[in-house]
Amino acid sequence: MRKYTQASWDEPLLKELSRPGRVGNSVPSDPVISSRFKDPLSLVPQSMRRASLNLPELSELQVLRHFNRLSQMNFSVELGMYPLGSCTMKYNPKVSEMIASSDAMKGAHPLQPPETVQGILSIFYDLERALSEITGMHRFSLSTAAGAQGELAGVLMMRKYLAEHGGSARDEILVPDSAHGTNPASAAMAGFKVVKVPSEADGQVRASRVKELSSEKTAGMMFTVPNTLGLFEGEVKEVCDAVHEAGGLMYYDGANMNALLGRARPGDMGFDVMHLNLHKTFATPHGGGGPGAGPVGATRKLADYLPVPVVAKRKAGYSLDYGLKRTIGPLKGFVGNSAVLLRAYIYIRLLGASGLRDVSSMAVLAANYLWKSLDPESFPASHDAKLLRKHEAVVSVKGELPGSAMTVAKAILDLGMHAPTVYFPLIVHEALMIEPTESEPEEMLDEYAAALNDIYAKLKGGALGQVPKNTSVGKVDEVKASHPLTLRIHW
Amino acid sequence: MSGASRRHPFLPNLDDDFVGRMLRRVGAATLDDLFSDIPRDMKLGRALRLPEGGSEYSVRREIQARLRQNKTPPETLCFLGGGVWPHYVPAAVESITSRQEFYTSYTPYQAEVSQGVLQALFEYQSLMCDLLGMEACNSSLYDWASAAGEAVRMAGRVTGRSKALLGGNTGPQRRGVIKTYTEPMGMTLETVDFDRATGRTDREDLRRKLSEDVACLYFENPNYFGVIEDDAAELVSLVHGSGALAVAGVDPISLSLIREPGAYGADIAVGEGQPLGIPMNYGGPHLGIFAAKDIKLARSMPGRLIGLTTPVADQQRKAFAMVLQAREQHIRREGAMSNVCTNQSLMAVAAASYLSLLGKEGFRRLGETVIANSHFAAKRLSRIDGVVSPHFKGSFFKEFVVSYKEAKAESVFGKLAKRGVLAGSPTHREVGSQSGLYCVTEVHTRDDVEKLAAALAEAV
Repeated sequence: MRKYTQASWDEPLLKELSRPGRVGNSVPSDPVISSRFKDPLSLVPQSMRRASLNLPELSELQVLRHFNRLSQMNFSVELGMYPLGSCTMKYNPKVSEMIASSDAMKGAHPLQPPETVQGILSIFYDLERALSEITGMHRFSLSTAAGAQGELAGVLMMRKYLAEHGGSARDEILVPDSAHGTNPASAAMAGFKVVKVPSEADGQVRASRVKELSSEKTAGMMFTVPNTLGLFEGEVKEVCDAVHEAGGLMYYDGANMNALLGRARPGDMGFDVMHLNLHKTFATPHGGGGPGAGPVGATRKLADYLPVPVVAKRKAGYSLDYGLKRTIGPLKGFVGNSAVLLRAYIYIRLLGASGLRDVSSMAVLAANYLWKSLDPESFPASHDAKLLRKHEAVVSVKGELPGSAMTVAKAILDLGMHAPTVYFPLIVHEALMIEPTESEPEEMLDEYAAALNDIYAKLKGGALGQVPKNTSVGKVDEVKASHPLTLRIHW
Repeated sequence: MSGASRRHPFLPNLDDDFVGRMLRRVGAATLDDLFSDIPRDMKLGRALRLPEGGSEYSVRREIQARLRQNKTPPETLCFLGGGVWPHYVPAAVESITSRQEFYTSYTPYQAEVSQGVLQALFEYQSLMCDLLGMEACNSSLYDWASAAGEAVRMAGRVTGRSKALLGGNTGPQRRGVIKTYTEPMGMTLETVDFDRATGRTDREDLRRKLSEDVACLYFENPNYFGVIEDDAAELVSLVHGSGALAVAGVDPISLSLIREPGAYGADIAVGEGQPLGIPMNYGGPHLGIFAAKDIKLARSMPGRLIGLTTPVADQQRKAFAMVLQAREQHIRREGAMSNVCTNQSLMAVAAASYLSLLGKEGFRRLGETVIANSHFAAKRLSRIDGVVSPHFKGSFFKEFVVSYKEAKAESVFGKLAKRGVLAGSPTHREVGSQSGLYCVTEVHTRDDVEKLAAALAEAV
């Protein structure tokens, strides 16, 4: 194993670095205008004038040093392997950053007349067509800002569709116990009751169980395929049929679409509405937690319910259409996370039809390869080891020691590699959820598997010691973080 | 292309040698076998109907050429506002947000290797709390409109009441999203009139509409017309008098000169962080600001919160971690305060670096330049025949409504754009068919204002 030490700056807070009399940027000011408005504050009603302003005072270099030091204490995809399950931490092409930083993109205002933004609108249109082809949906709205917002849009569409088709008494949404937490949260936000569907011993959802749980109260089901265990849901079609027969609609959570590009499409499986996470499958950067983009797609049946705006192509050119007949309304103030959408389109163009299919082949190959490289005695598969995995694999850390998954996670940080997702899905004991993506070379996958195997051997032998120790700080006290709770610094 | 000798810069294992070795370990014969768990009738069985992939050069060249069809500054002048505003983004901010360590990482689930973004977000929370006069600010929501939607939902949750009042001078984008967000909770929205002369909230109408089933008043300050409420504290005390919450929506740049929401008693403050070092980007990514006046309310807040702590083994050193996660979807599932997961962290890092660069002095100067430039422009436009500028008598900060005696707003808007001036987005629903919104900031020079005036004189 190679040695690793993360930068550790013990960096003060901005306000500790502040000294009166410094400034980090020069603000323009016109001498003629300022001579005309000598006391600009007098333009504000007296009762509304700000009494004091408490911001730090630093030079430009001080600010840069501060944030550059912080950045050195932040692990990232471009530093090392980051197999955070369900997050699809793949390579983010540099050329997308270059293109997105052009003034022609950054300087465009969302209220500009359409004839002045034909460039970006034409890209939106082509992206929307490409996503529809990739998923088998009729139409997408690009407006939703993240996967969870796409989910909310989708379940609101289901709700409105049902209300207009005699189904307003349908107030239950089925959600498998393996689903991301956003699914039940989105359903609840849209006013639904959540009915949990237990997955079976093989980690999959059975249509027979869905049938049992469906009734005249069922509005539909949110279904993630492949699921969060990395398994393709073998009865997906029968599940869709069961819900449809009960009068409900099917929602596809596209978080794991990286496994299916060019291989299978939710539209062909029987889903009515879905979202994609462009920051996962389509390689836009995760930004330390965001921004993302979560376009929502629908079959012809539900397309009129999409959130506005949608992109339209007419004789006069491309435009934004806010007049969709049955829309659930807008979920975001303006258009969408346009610069993220642009990057996703660039990615699709760089890969193309066969390249996207290669992406899913390589992602699935890497996930199965890494999983098969782990010692099955130390890291038993969460479910049936004979089944193929798709984009990710979930294993348990063997033994009944509580907290062992967390210990393994902290230990691998010490080697300059990011931990898998831990303790998720909730139905797996001491879970490690590993999604290497297509971006990692074979030898890196070998190194990661060897590291995990080695860590387990040390853990079992009591030779692991305190972990982590090579990171910016040692194990963070998360209990103290809430008691006492300090959400800001007073100054 | 066949399987042999295939290469792609993003796919290190595409070559047959790698594939063969890796498949052997997996125990599969071909790549297709890896998908044998997908039922045959569900497989696509054909190539995607998309163009084949292009080289980096060819894709870059084509997409840049397409983007150049956009009319943007500096060749085109932009005086548009309404919730996204043209402001200067300092080079140092772009440098910081271009750090791959920030932009290619994700949510800091592993605190020990993510202290960088955790501290940056904690700094953001602290800076925003100071700017807003609040005690707790989350680490970002999607944008102003969705933050406003979440705020009204939260007011409904906290008060157990089912009606929300919205200022009639609220931006249409926020109004639309608030409606989408609150309707499934069974909340109803009622509009509070604004004074037709000043553009400010009509106190009497507010008094009439406040009742025991009102959860909150959402009002913007400055509002959609750019007008500053002359006594926000009085508005808030009226609202509190009926047991409702006051939710203020703000443009953070205005807080350089205007009283902060905490100082006039607001319970929740939301706003658009885009002017704090984030490009307009044709609508996003932007930054939803969301803050609450105290820790008690913070416990009902949506979104991620970062807290200050220490490493377990070193009580002298600062460390940061995500806190109050039991409010969030990954723990609480259907009982969560919101479904938000991926947020706009990188934009919060931009805002933190922007505020620290401008600092106390620079930020105040910025406000002075903005208010002076906008007043200069409003006055200049008022000298044009057929133009009333500003339309409202209330004091304004950086935006103002202009009305036209003869011309229709849509026509003026289109004519200005043809002359290379983006200005006067129509405000027909709120004001009338002969008025538009103008925004003037530090990026506009006197010469720019002259060009605007010349174009408007021809357009009306």
